[in-house]
Amino acid sequence: MWLTRPLRERSTQLFLGILLAALALVTLLNLTLPAAHPLHVSTYTVTLLGKYLSYALLAVAVDLVWGYLGILSLGHGAFFALGGYAMGMYLMRQIGDRGTYGDPVLPDFMVFLNWDSLPWYWLGFDMPWFAFLMVLLAPGLLALVFGFLAFRSRVTGVYLSIITQAMTFALMLAFFRNEMGFGGNNGLTDFKELLGFDLRSDATRLGLFIATGIALALGYVVCRAIVASKLGRVSVACRDAEARTRFLGYRVERFQLFVFVVSAMLAGVAGALYVPQVGIINPSEFSPIFSIEVVLWVALGGRATLYGAVIGALLVNYAKTVFTGVMPDAWLFALGGLFVLVTVFLPKGIAGLLDLRIKRRSATSDSTPATGEATA
Amino acid sequence: MRIPDSLCRLVVLCLLAWLPWVAQAQDDPGQTLLESLDTTSYVEKGEAIEAIIASGDERSRRWLEALLGGKLQRHKASGQFVVVLENRGRHWPVVDALGFEEAGEMSRRELDRIGINNALRGQLQGALAVLDLHADEVDERREAARALLGDIDATLAEPLQALIDSEEDGEVRRLLEQALAIHRLGQGEMAAVEDLAGSLNSRVRAALSSASRSDDPQLAQAAGAALVDIEQKMKLNRGLETLYFGLSLGSVLVLAAIGLAITFGVMGVINMAHGELIMLGAYTTWAMQQLLPGQPGLALLLAIPAGFLVAALAGVAIERGVIQFLKGRPLETLLATFGVSLILQQLVRTVISPQNRTVVSPDWMSGSIMINEGLSLTLNRLYVLGFALVVFAGLMLVMRRTRLGLEVRAVTQNRAMARSMGIRATRVDILTFALGAGVAGLAGVALSQLTNVGPNLGQNYIIDSFMVVVFGGVGNLWGTLVAGMSLGVINQVLEPWAGAVLAKIVVLVFIILFIQKRPRGLFPQKGRAAEG
Repeated sequence: MWLTRPLRERSTQLFLGILLAALALVTLLNLTLPAAHPLHVSTYTVTLLGKYLSYALLAVAVDLVWGYLGILSLGHGAFFALGGYAMGMYLMRQIGDRGTYGDPVLPDFMVFLNWDSLPWYWLGFDMPWFAFLMVLLAPGLLALVFGFLAFRSRVTGVYLSIITQAMTFALMLAFFRNEMGFGGNNGLTDFKELLGFDLRSDATRLGLFIATGIALALGYVVCRAIVASKLGRVSVACRDAEARTRFLGYRVERFQLFVFVVSAMLAGVAGALYVPQVGIINPSEFSPIFSIEVVLWVALGGRATLYGAVIGALLVNYAKTVFTGVMPDAWLFALGGLFVLVTVFLPKGIAGLLDLRIKRRSATSDSTPATGEATA
Repeated sequence: MRIPDSLCRLVVLCLLAWLPWVAQAQDDPGQTLLESLDTTSYVEKGEAIEAIIASGDERSRRWLEALLGGKLQRHKASGQFVVVLENRGRHWPVVDALGFEEAGEMSRRELDRIGINNALRGQLQGALAVLDLHADEVDERREAARALLGDIDATLAEPLQALIDSEEDGEVRRLLEQALAIHRLGQGEMAAVEDLAGSLNSRVRAALSSASRSDDPQLAQAAGAALVDIEQKMKLNRGLETLYFGLSLGSVLVLAAIGLAITFGVMGVINMAHGELIMLGAYTTWAMQQLLPGQPGLALLLAIPAGFLVAALAGVAIERGVIQFLKGRPLETLLATFGVSLILQQLVRTVISPQNRTVVSPDWMSGSIMINEGLSLTLNRLYVLGFALVVFAGLMLVMRRTRLGLEVRAVTQNRAMARSMGIRATRVDILTFALGAGVAGLAGVALSQLTNVGPNLGQNYIIDSFMVVVFGGVGNLWGTLVAGMSLGVINQVLEPWAGAVLAKIVVLVFIILFIQKRPRGLFPQKGRAAEG
């Protein structure tokens, strides 16, 4: 079966091995060691790591379209946020009458705005299966419509990047409006429980961390499977020579659309796992800056490697946590500098460096695709 | 009986103190005017008031107001006219009624009030209402006439008619006639409707709309018809105003986007730091005003070349420092310049301040031009609009008529061929980038007059600028102009019924859809240039 094929690859085995070992180790250190022990991993850290892992899944989704399809999406934050909002809506409904105003149906912000009934698009979100389906469908549908229009008329290169940015910007403005019914500026927050588990309990938090890790593993395998399949090879062909692929008889836009939609759904899942761990979703996740930052994670880790995206996401976010704690002013300097340095001096990212090492040692050619750029 | 020495001396001193006042009072025509008020006959007092109004003396208003308030009084002993400032207690602070200098305190017993009766009170109130109509300055007269609209009663009607006949300024006459017509309309006069038709003044409209509800069906109908006519005119004016605001917003968009159009069109480079170059221009204006305190106008004029230079130098630094290493990799260029924009923003936050800075507008840029009573154009927006057009024309000239423009166009069309013809493409790149960045600086100078100058200034414009460039078609200056102006107007047209945010969303969605239909923008490049 095509989905299990990546499991036979050395690199995937290595990646999954490290990821699962890390999950197990963190779980063990959190559960077995007493809080005073120097190696103890606190629940706070576990949640933080869970947040990083959901970012890593988002980065994998971006790498799938940017690395293997040549589409620089500056709007993947929109898919991430949509998945997050779908999850947030479910969590809001789960609050029930425990909100500040005690309304059994309406979330607090709707009571505050004097709404008397749920808008139609909130219906069904009290059922977990429906909400989880929407986590996939909402970003997927947006990607389908947007991608269909864009790829059909052959909008590529920087043009595509700019309109994806416009898309997420427009969504951000829209979600900031109170009239939209998504909590406006404040977004959705004050969640209580997920599937009956108390979100503030340590066990739930650990469980969410493990779930995010498994989702990342699954997402990685799915992406790897797509990339290794014939479909993935055609995608790479679209990336490197779109016109030539078209002349060879492939319907380029269909390949692009499929990969784009899958990537958007992965981003949605990442958002859905992110929201219960940070406890809030608001329109700032739609901001163009966030989306472009995600691209930096991928660029730093190394494009078109998938595992590079994970490394980049973990590294940059860890650095962000450290920097904003120690000297918040310097963070934007560091981030900006990273953008410049990585693109100018490290075009293949950290994965490129690792690759170079391995090549030098074994002197056998690897099948990593070239990072050649199809010019706009 | 012997008078004490000290008392003698005091009397002499007092007399001496009055002397200069006596001398002054004799020359002053005001003295005679006030003298004539001091009579027991109310008829004569009425005449005296008329005389004061007719004199056109600039102190008339204060005299009449004091008279109306019972504060114009006369010192019994010396005959000096004073205005009482506060009539509480026994000793009242007073000022001289002629020179309005402080005259110390006087006991209420020493003073004689110049009294008035009800008839005079009415006359005074009317007189005060029209007093400014006698002013020498035309502007003051116009202002006074405008204030009279809707505030006229029967007692004023007659003197106003006389004033209209003697008035020289047409505008004042027109306003006064309108004021009278409102009064006549209130009396139920049909002809007044005709006189008022077509006026956009809100008080005229109020008068007409109350007349349209009157019991006289004929009058009501006529007034209603006039009102409909006025509404149409108002609608036209509102339309024009929307257009003006739209063009103004459009000119800002054009200024912000045109530099981007040059670098993007010529070099295929997406400069995400473009917004921050705009910000640098705005901060240059602020810095200039700090250097030249008290001269905002001069500082602004000097900021134009300075802003251009600062932004152009920053642009060259970005080109040499980052972009030249990323030739042929537009997506990486986008990321790298985004990094530069983050650094520049944070730099301004750290070095200057995260708070907004205020840039003062010089006098000649504030205020507005009144086209008619329903439409006035704010001057600063007009200047920015003009500035945008001048910059655009200048850029067109550079691109079409200079050696640099020729080389730029050659490099755009076919880099390799241009190089083999001896054009130094690298030099052209640098100059183009400097030009585009400099124009961004100019945009910043202009923007500093319209919005707050802060570290986020550039961010607010970068996405809009991209939209303009993409909408207009890359590498086409005319396209940028048309796209910027039309996006500005569309935005302003949508705003009243959709709200500012929704209007922006609608415009963004519109552009996203538009790109599907015409991926190369409104004015796509044709021929060889399009292949690049």
